[in-house]
Formats: sequence, C-alpha cells, structure tokens
Amino acid sequence: MMNIVVILKQTMDLEEQVTIEGLKIDNENVELILNPYDEYAVEEAVKLKEEHGGGVTAITFGKPEAESALRTALAMGADKAILVEQERELDESSIAKILAAAIRDNEFDIILGGNMSVDNGASQVGPRVAEELDIPHISTLTKLDIDGENVRAERDSEGDVEIVESMLPILVTAQQGLNEPRYPSLPNIMKAKKKPLEKVDIEDLGLEEVVSKVRSTVVDLYQPPKKKKGRIFAGDLRQQVQKLVRLLHEEEKVV
Amino acid sequence: MTKVLVLAEAKNGKLRSVSFEVLTVASRLAADGEISACVFGSDAERHSKELSKYGAQTIYIAENEELDDYTPDGYKQALLEVIEEMNPDVILTGHTSIGKDILPRIAARLDKALFSDCINIETDDGIIFTRPIYSGKAYQKKKVHDDVVIATIRPNNMEAVENPVTAEIIKLPVTITDLRAIVKEVVSKSNGKVDLAEAKVVVSGGRGVKSAKGFEPLQELAGLLGGAVGASRGACDANYCDYSLQIGQTGKVVTPDLYIACGISGAVQHLAGMSSSKVIVAINKDPEANIFQVCDYGIVGDLFEVVPLLIEEFKSALEEDAVTN
Repeated sequence: MMNIVVILKQTMDLEEQVTIEGLKIDNENVELILNPYDEYAVEEAVKLKEEHGGGVTAITFGKPEAESALRTALAMGADKAILVEQERELDESSIAKILAAAIRDNEFDIILGGNMSVDNGASQVGPRVAEELDIPHISTLTKLDIDGENVRAERDSEGDVEIVESMLPILVTAQQGLNEPRYPSLPNIMKAKKKPLEKVDIEDLGLEEVVSKVRSTVVDLYQPPKKKKGRIFAGDLRQQVQKLVRLLHEEEKVV
Repeated sequence: MTKVLVLAEAKNGKLRSVSFEVLTVASRLAADGEISACVFGSDAERHSKELSKYGAQTIYIAENEELDDYTPDGYKQALLEVIEEMNPDVILTGHTSIGKDILPRIAARLDKALFSDCINIETDDGIIFTRPIYSGKAYQKKKVHDDVVIATIRPNNMEAVENPVTAEIIKLPVTITDLRAIVKEVVSKSNGKVDLAEAKVVVSGGRGVKSAKGFEPLQELAGLLGGAVGASRGACDANYCDYSLQIGQTGKVVTPDLYIACGISGAVQHLAGMSSSKVIVAINKDPEANIFQVCDYGIVGDLFEVVPLLIEEFKSALEEDAVTN
C-alpha cells in the first residue's frame, strides 16, 4: 500500500496566443489545462497505485478555477484532491512552502510532479519541496520502478540516461517519455465530480507571514519582436542550395 | 564589495562552455568585487587554469570521489561548504541538467529566491534578470529583492569573454555523508558527440524524415558542421529517434547559431524549443508548412534531395577555406 501525492499546476494551453495586460499574461480568455509534465506525473502516480495499492492525493495551489486541473487528475484515477486557494501570484519559494505544508499534513511515501511548468518554466518547485520536506529527489524521470522501499529510476540528463537508486520516501519529477497519459473516460469524468476535493487557504496552513515576503518583483513583461519574413529561394535546386550555403558561410558567418 | 560564486561544471573531463559564459556574467555582477568559482570531483583541480582564464580569482575545489557523479545530496553538501567558507552575495550556474536540479534546493535551504533560465542581466538600478516565459512567447524582467542573489543562466546565450587572472586555489576538505540517491550507471546516448544544448549548429528532423535510417544524412550534415542532431516530437513519437533528441516545449530548448529544420512542419510545440536560434533554415516539401513563417531562409523541396546537396556544397565551401588559410 502506497501513499502517493501528486503536486500539479494549471497552465494555459500554449497553442493559444499570449496576450499581455500590464505586467501579467491574460489568463481569462484562454483554455486552461493541466500542465503537460504534471500529466505524466499523474499517470505515473495512478500506475503506482494500480501496481502497489494505496491512494493518490492530488494537490495544487492557485485560483478557484484550478479546481478543473484537480478534477482532471481525479478523472485520471487520483482518489482525492486538495486545493490551496489563493488569488495572489506567488514566487517559487512561497509555492514550494505552501505545497510542502499541505503535504506534511498527509502521510506520503512518494511525491510526483512535472519537471517544469510550461508557463513559468523555472523547474524549481519539485526540488524545493523535497528540500522543505528533507527528502531526496530525482528529477526528469523517464522510468520508475519501486520494489518495497527501493527506488530505481532512469533520468534524462541532457541526452544521457542516468540510472539512479534511492529509497522511499522520495520526490520525483516527470520528463516526457515516462509514460503515455491516459484519456479519462466519460464515466470516470463523471465519477471525478463526486470525489472529495478539500479547499484550504494559506491561513489554515499558518503560512500567511512566510509567503508575504517579497523576494522579487516583475518590472517588465513584453513579447519578443516579430521576426521579419524569411527568404524562400526559388529556381534550380542546386543553385538554391549554393546560394544558401554562400549566405550562411559568408554573410551570416554561422558556418 | 560584491562576492560572486560560480558553480562550474565539467563533462567528459572538460569544462562546459556554459561555465565560461556564467563567469562572464559574474564579472558584470561583481564589478570591482571578487569572482570565485567552485568545481567538484576527483580531478577537479585540472580545470583551475581554464577557470582563471575567464576571471575566477579564487577557485574552491572539493576532490571527493563521491562527487565524480552529480547527485543532489553530494553537490548540496559541497556547495553549502563553499558558501559557508566565502559567504557569497551572488551564486550563479548554468541552467543545465545539474544547475536546475541543485540550485532550487540550495535556494530553499538558504530561504532565497532563485531566478531561473536567465538570458540577460541589468545592474543599473538594482539587479534585474530577463527570462523567457511561456516557452519564449513572452519575456519577463524580474528585480531581485533578496540579500543573496541566486540565478541559473541559459547556455549558449551570452558570450564568454576571456579575462585572465591569477587564481588562488583552495582545496576544501568536504565530508560527503548519507547520499540518499546514487547514480549506478550512466548510459551515454550522446556518445561524446556535441551536446545538443550547447551545439552551435543543430540539424533537426521531423516526420518528413520518415524512418530511423532517414536521419543518416542529417547526422552526416551535423557531423560535417560540428553540430548535433535534434528532432521534433513527431519524429520521436514515430520512433524514428530517441526522446532525448526532442526539441520543443516538451523537450529541449536550443539556441544555436544555425538551426536547420528538415521535414519539420513547425508546430507551436516545436517552435517553443528553437525559435530563439540565431539563423533558422527550413527545408520542407510543403510550401504552406508553418516552419516557413519563422525561418530566415527556406528551401521548398524534398529533404532527401536537399540535404545531400547541402553536404556537397558545405564540403566545398569549407575546403576552399582550408586552402586559402
């Protein structure tokens, strides 16, 4: 029997256009999804439960609408969910402390999360939560085997595969290739609506003071300048290639 | 006086170029202050000469065998020793597999913010880092309010500038205890070839490559140009190549000088991983392919005709160089 925790985040679907309003990205009129890397984490958590027994608790921090990301996790097979509700945008340090505090109240053998969120892209929260809880972590996992207390994992380290051994309790973060996340079936989506979802706030966790510390501020937010249209060659193929090679070699000097 | 600490990284016995880039960033932040570097592992001392060439005035070395492979526990203990020894105001490393794994733990331990994947730094009014968000669809400038500044710097983004100094080497007796996760084996898929994240030239294949064998001409071209081979998610999903080669939103972010996209349609997912490349060349049969919207140069044609021609033409251009030099 394993007590399994998944930490996850709701993000914008990056197929959408990014619109900037002041110092924020407009999240109001876009489709919100479960962060793709967290989807691998949820899938792996449910697979662990299917193999070893136990239960999966999905935890997130965010605005009330983040509930739908938790419902996705529940529809994929998580058993219960916790939403730490908060309107403010907080930094990685505060988020990690909040998640760690929410996890501490539960028993856990393993914590899973994505190796990064596709919106902020910082890759911080997983290892930070592990440090807050004083447990080991393995990041960017592509394979996970658990036998009793023993953990054997393969991790992607910039193209090389590291085979890492460790022990429970542990935190791991998912890399693409770990598994193929399931599509929740309609009956499971319906069932997920009735699964327990607990809402807590930062005051409940006794963290109000801790997270009110300002460590950084966003002072500017902008979109990269649009690239001018490229040059598409025409005519004889060999001549096209000759022209291209000359440009790259003599003008761009990139070769 | 600002004291900057750079965690340097070696791979296959050589310092990674990102470490020199980070040292150059360090010199901008240090101004008249001190730049220190630290490097770990039993043969760490051999790197000190190169580190001093890029401005490291003090080099902290922990020569423990337990640090030959990166582990979060081992590196954390060693780095905390260095931090205690020198009390840095700024801690920097590359936004690499190691950098993004260890600095969040260090930042959490020190109870500080961490600025990840930075591509620029301004120092006129406090310290402001620029970092891409939403896979490079937007850029964010973040001002630091902590008393210790911790950041990871995106590789291949800032130029490394030599700044030779005479370095003092300090060997730290570090005791590594209780490694809770250990590396049993490393299976090198890059085979000591050019690292995708640091490659100056990337030749990338998509579904248009059609098979694992179809990657062979791309490998030949990459080899000729001293570059690395990458792939789109489509090519990985179709099993033409390993996921470790995938470039994109899920996958690696690369910023080479030259990116050659072969048979890649140019989905948003892929663009997220390569759109900051300096020069983008697209080769695709479909003139409507989205990749032509973001490329600097495009050839509409069959990659299996175009790539061999490119190999021939690059060969003769490079041979000409060899003759004139």
